[in-house]
Amino acid sequence: MLGRMTRRLLPYLALLLLAPALVACGGDDDDTTVTVYAAASLKKTFEQLASDFEADHDGVTVELVFGGSSDLVSQIQNGAEADVFASADTANMDKLTADDLQGQDPQDFATNTLQIAVPPDNPADVSSLQDLADPALDLVLCAPDVPCGAAAQGVAEAAGLTLDPDSEEQSVTDVLGKITSGQGDAGLVYVTDVLAAGDDVMGVEFPESADVVNTYPITTVEDSDESDLAQEFVELVLSDSGQKVLTDAGFGAP
Amino acid sequence: MGQTRAVGLPRWVVVPAALGALFVLLPLVAIVAQVDWSNFWGLITSESSRTALWLSLRTSTASTVVCVLIGVPMALVLARTSFPGQGVVRSVVLLPLVLPPVVGGLALLYTFGKRGLIGQSIEVVGTTVAFSTIAVVMAQVFVALPFLVVSLEGALRTGGERYEVVAASLGAGPTTVFLRVTLPLAMPGLVSGAVLAFARSLGEFGATVTFAGSKEGVTRTLPLEIYLQRETDPDAAIALALVLVVVAVLVIGLARQGRSAL
Amino acid sequence: MTLSFTATVTDRDVEVSFDVADGETVALLGPNGAGKSTVLSVVAGLLRPDAGRVELAGRTLLSTGGYADQARVDVAPHRRRVALLAQEPLLFPHLTVLDNVAFGPRSAGVARAEARSRAQEWLDEVGIGELADRRPGQLSGGQAQRAAVARALAAEPDLLLLDEPMAALDVAVTPALRQTLRRVLAERTCVVVTHDVLDALLLADRVLVLEGGRVVEAGPTREVLTRPRSAFAARLAGLNLVVGAWHDGALVLDDGTTLAGLVAGESPVDGEPVVAVFRPTAVAVYRSAPHGSPRNVVPATVTQVEPLGDLVRVRAGDLNADVTAPAAAELELVPGVEVFFSVKATEVDVYPA
Repeated sequence: MLGRMTRRLLPYLALLLLAPALVACGGDDDDTTVTVYAAASLKKTFEQLASDFEADHDGVTVELVFGGSSDLVSQIQNGAEADVFASADTANMDKLTADDLQGQDPQDFATNTLQIAVPPDNPADVSSLQDLADPALDLVLCAPDVPCGAAAQGVAEAAGLTLDPDSEEQSVTDVLGKITSGQGDAGLVYVTDVLAAGDDVMGVEFPESADVVNTYPITTVEDSDESDLAQEFVELVLSDSGQKVLTDAGFGAP
Repeated sequence: MGQTRAVGLPRWVVVPAALGALFVLLPLVAIVAQVDWSNFWGLITSESSRTALWLSLRTSTASTVVCVLIGVPMALVLARTSFPGQGVVRSVVLLPLVLPPVVGGLALLYTFGKRGLIGQSIEVVGTTVAFSTIAVVMAQVFVALPFLVVSLEGALRTGGERYEVVAASLGAGPTTVFLRVTLPLAMPGLVSGAVLAFARSLGEFGATVTFAGSKEGVTRTLPLEIYLQRETDPDAAIALALVLVVVAVLVIGLARQGRSAL
Repeated sequence: MTLSFTATVTDRDVEVSFDVADGETVALLGPNGAGKSTVLSVVAGLLRPDAGRVELAGRTLLSTGGYADQARVDVAPHRRRVALLAQEPLLFPHLTVLDNVAFGPRSAGVARAEARSRAQEWLDEVGIGELADRRPGQLSGGQAQRAAVARALAAEPDLLLLDEPMAALDVAVTPALRQTLRRVLAERTCVVVTHDVLDALLLADRVLVLEGGRVVEAGPTREVLTRPRSAFAARLAGLNLVVGAWHDGALVLDDGTTLAGLVAGESPVDGEPVVAVFRPTAVAVYRSAPHGSPRNVVPATVTQVEPLGDLVRVRAGDLNADVTAPAAAELELVPGVEVFFSVKATEVDVYPA
């Protein structure tokens, strides 16, 4: 009885297993596609770089997948078909190399430092890192578990300050959301995030930001079907023109 | 004892029904399979985990109480009265059921936030809900309230007004009728509605993260803790996820028991 | 405790006016949709008429205005002192039988212990005192309806409304409950809606026949039931009503046919007008006169044969007999056929007319 049932179920199970593959195969077969997994903070710059890359390579499409670096790593570890991986920190890149999933040794291609983000009218009148220690201030940081939070903790320690945030958010986006809505008076995010947010937030520079510099490494992924193109994309990012796109967005040189 | 026979049940429906059950069950099995059992106890009893679980239980209980206090009158008004625009009101009340919780969080933010519609007036009184446990409860109430209202309104409608009419003819005023007849008769609906509201509050993530923020012991409930732990310690995230599943199963199981005992 | 009622409900085409004297029971008879329930709803305060006026025991419960010196009045149902006993007992399932009956007194502010002792008295009164601690779910239909009667009476209403109180009960338990009702309602101001002429006969002092939202007939119960014109009332329930005079322990019709039956109450004296009531289902139909049977036999000519649920109703003048379809076929019952209606004396109730 059980066997009969199983046989009846088999077509359905097969369908279930095949469905993701079918969807994945549904794309354009004529084009060659390079899939780039990149940290969310690289969205604007990598979109620019991808269109530059496509312009130079006829018939090649760059598919960009943005997300938290740790999410991206775990997806690649679970078999996602990425050709290039650009991480927002070395820690997540280390996870990849620990599993020997890198196609080559990772190379640093950008750095990023923190800036204080405040609402455009700066209601709490924040002008220095020390101002963030004011308990009356509604301070929003990233959680220490995520890279931007670790960096925030780093600058505070270097400055000998104890920051008591009112909220420790999951991501830079969540921090910026609290600042743009006016819920928070100040937050610590990357320079590039402040620039990308445009007029909704104002950035306040502080000298201690130099104490914690976040480094972005990039690598091709092992077993890439398009390892040559992947390599070329990495080279573009490291090239002068690629570096210019990054510095324009506020990134520092590696 | 004889068995009754299901009439009007084509045998083939068993297949999609079983597949559906598997679709829900398998991921739960997968979580259990993924748990790092050797460190399980340590992972779920860590300071931050216990704090998050305790906060979740407290806020979910509070939000369930609030849901009952305001949901019961809402369900009563919807079930027992008719007024122009009632259909629209019902749809609006039920909106959070279909709204992404993040949208709910944004809506709350621009209402009760520091610069929100009435948040500014609240601040004048000298208090602010920003980054407070109250904000967590508000987010949970926002998403959980419709569950209670829908469940109770259904029970009230099914029960009908006949017992209330009899009670009134025996001289009982509206409040007496409500407390001694309507409420006891609708109790199963109220209990299941409250359980659903509690379970929904327990699982609330999107509105909380958007509206309340995330701070250990204040606003970081268990789902937020799980999401955060995922970043650095996936094993802890999975262990906590299992705890959440177990708590949810316990709540629903207990409520079923309670209902059959009623 | 006099009730005075006048109401017009336009969209249900009901326009009814009547009075109930203190301590009087009035039966509302009529087909479905005649407006009986509408009348009860207006009295109970569940339905506001387009125009009307309801007064009970000197209080104005409802006035839609329009009368010379009357302001608009609409007393809330729970302040009317009008108790409702419906077809179904509707005992509160979450309370014990005793607490169900104590509900009225409790709502009136009587202390719990006192309310319970009164409730116990009422349960004893309707004959189910020993069931006080049960839950409604543990009662039979008849017991539950008795509890509902006790509950309605315990509320000490000025007026009791009964909406087909026995329609949902097993026929086996209705006679006993009817006797109980007859006893407890005796001195009460009461309105009974019923389909059953027997209810009217035994419970009511007066009868109102409603049809199409109007009172088409009104009068003392016996008068309405014994006058030929009032066969309408009997036909509502399909009961056979035979009017005659009492001679030598039986009812004698004008044509000399005699009907033996059970007398309710004191035996009539010879020559006194009486009415015999029996159900069509109690009537057996024969093509030739049955012999050696203790039954009453009445010769009749079939005037009409019509299906009635599982049965076939055979009409012969004012008399009805309900027989099974195979029996009707076997007897070849068609209009014009000469038959004999036979009914056991124990199935015939005789009342002084």
